[in-house]
Amino acid sequence: MDTYSFLRQLADSWVLLFLTLFFLGVIGWAFRPGSRGLHDDAAAVPFRNADPTEGDRDDT
Amino acid sequence: MFDLIKLIALALVALIAAIAANWARDAAYMFHALLIMGIAAGLFLWQLRTMPVPGDPITPRTAPGTYMDGPVRFGVIATAFWGIVGFLVGTYIAFQLAFPALNIEWAQPYANFGRLRPLHTSAVIFAFGGNALIATSFYIVQRTCAARLWGGNAAWFVFWGYNLFIVLAATGYLLGATQSKEYAEPEWYIDIWLTIVWVTYLFVFMGTILNRKERHIYVANWFFLSFIVTVAMLHVVNNLSIPVSIWGSKSVQVFAGVQDAMTQWWYGHNAVGFFLTAGFLGMMYYFVPKQAGRPIYSYKLSIIHFWALIFLYIWAGPHHLHYTALPDWAATLGMVFSIILWMPSWGGMINGLMTLQGAWDKIRTDPIIRMFVASLAFYGMSTFEGPMMSIRAVNSLSHYTDWTIGHVHSGALGWNGLITFGALYFLTPKLWGRKEMHSMSAINLHFWLATIGIVLYASSMWVTGIMEGLMWREVDANGFLVNSFADTVDAKFPMYVVRALGGGLYLAGGLVMVWNMWMTIRAPQARVAVVATPAE
Repeated sequence: MDTYSFLRQLADSWVLLFLTLFFLGVIGWAFRPGSRGLHDDAAAVPFRNADPTEGDRDDT
Repeated sequence: MFDLIKLIALALVALIAAIAANWARDAAYMFHALLIMGIAAGLFLWQLRTMPVPGDPITPRTAPGTYMDGPVRFGVIATAFWGIVGFLVGTYIAFQLAFPALNIEWAQPYANFGRLRPLHTSAVIFAFGGNALIATSFYIVQRTCAARLWGGNAAWFVFWGYNLFIVLAATGYLLGATQSKEYAEPEWYIDIWLTIVWVTYLFVFMGTILNRKERHIYVANWFFLSFIVTVAMLHVVNNLSIPVSIWGSKSVQVFAGVQDAMTQWWYGHNAVGFFLTAGFLGMMYYFVPKQAGRPIYSYKLSIIHFWALIFLYIWAGPHHLHYTALPDWAATLGMVFSIILWMPSWGGMINGLMTLQGAWDKIRTDPIIRMFVASLAFYGMSTFEGPMMSIRAVNSLSHYTDWTIGHVHSGALGWNGLITFGALYFLTPKLWGRKEMHSMSAINLHFWLATIGIVLYASSMWVTGIMEGLMWREVDANGFLVNSFADTVDAKFPMYVVRALGGGLYLAGGLVMVWNMWMTIRAPQARVAVVATPAE
């Protein structure tokens, strides 16, 4: 099989399936239970660290 | 030791550039060789003058504890400067289309439309937009990671290196060096230089993210990172070419025919998708919440927005090649993905707009917020128009007409332009330690000049585009075409004048902004106040 046909077939089957599942996985991951606190914290990032001395907080 | 290596390297660069200028096969190459020779020689002297004398005590370097805002300040000024250059050239070529006599005889061939047009597109996209992206990404990544820019002076190299790329590209166009690929016109050696600068940019950005003190990588940085990585990939693949001679600017593309066309529009559309969309969305996700004083409407939606945009945009390129030698399945694929792309685009717009929930009054009271909101509205409008135009049947009417130009400008002037102006108004007082911009009413004036300019521009291009599309396909009872091409050119004259006036208004708004930035940075009131204080 020539390269073009091989790549077409690969792209139309396994790679398509993998990318679709990956994409659905990402959406599922965003909506996973218990992520709200993390997302609220992340959404507040722009309101911290306006100057670098604030960056020393330790919250890991 | 390192200083000495730098000296030797700069001397070598200057020498090789001198040899290249001597052996140059064309004017653009010779000019660029002389330019690089001058820059390398200047840096050599500067390096020589600032080097520590051997034997002197070495002053220990202390790690600076602050954010690195020098390149951001320079980037803000460069953005404003290149913006004016780009708008001015754009307005001039708009008048050239209406009044061909403006292709002035004594300035040929340098100032004809064909050479000024890529100068305009590169100046607004890469110089104005690119400098805005580099400056804002450096500002945002430090604040959202609570970390200083990685790599020390590498950020300065990115700023100066990128602006050298712009100067090389722009002067190259005027002197006739182009590889004739839209938005990828610079010739091979300029492409190689940009690759070096861009990889450094990636390292600086990635290094800062890896040094972060925040646990989470804020969504704006995801958009910036995808923009940097994807543009690197697009740039390298689309510019695969072999120079005819290393002493000349001409090169030959590795791909040929329809493969080359597909590669070009895979590049071209993703330049829109990742340079003008993903990067600017990075700005949106930081500046809109900051200016509104409330977090983004939905962080979950921003994650889905990001991944949907990344997954879909990369496939949309073939819609530029309907009714060509490109296989139908590829064109259909591009069209379908373009239409699906409508959803994440509007998801992002809604996320930005709804951030104002509970603070809608700020649209009335805060001209900077008004700019961001108008920018998102234009983003929504052009991301609706784009998928519609990618449909094969609509494209058969719109393609090759001025409708496309109108679509591009409602996105570029409305979305990219207004959000960049908003970002500049946000950054200028912060970076120079002022309370706010010098004049709020000037921001208001700028907003209206820009908005009316865009409306004139977009509406005249809709009218003229659809008109010429219809004129081109009009046939009489016997099946003969009714109109010649020149008939459409003649019919478009009034719309061309309106378009040029719209561009003039937009340029005027830009000049108001530059005055406002100048007054803010110079802060005359502050200085007057100091002088007026009695010395007691």
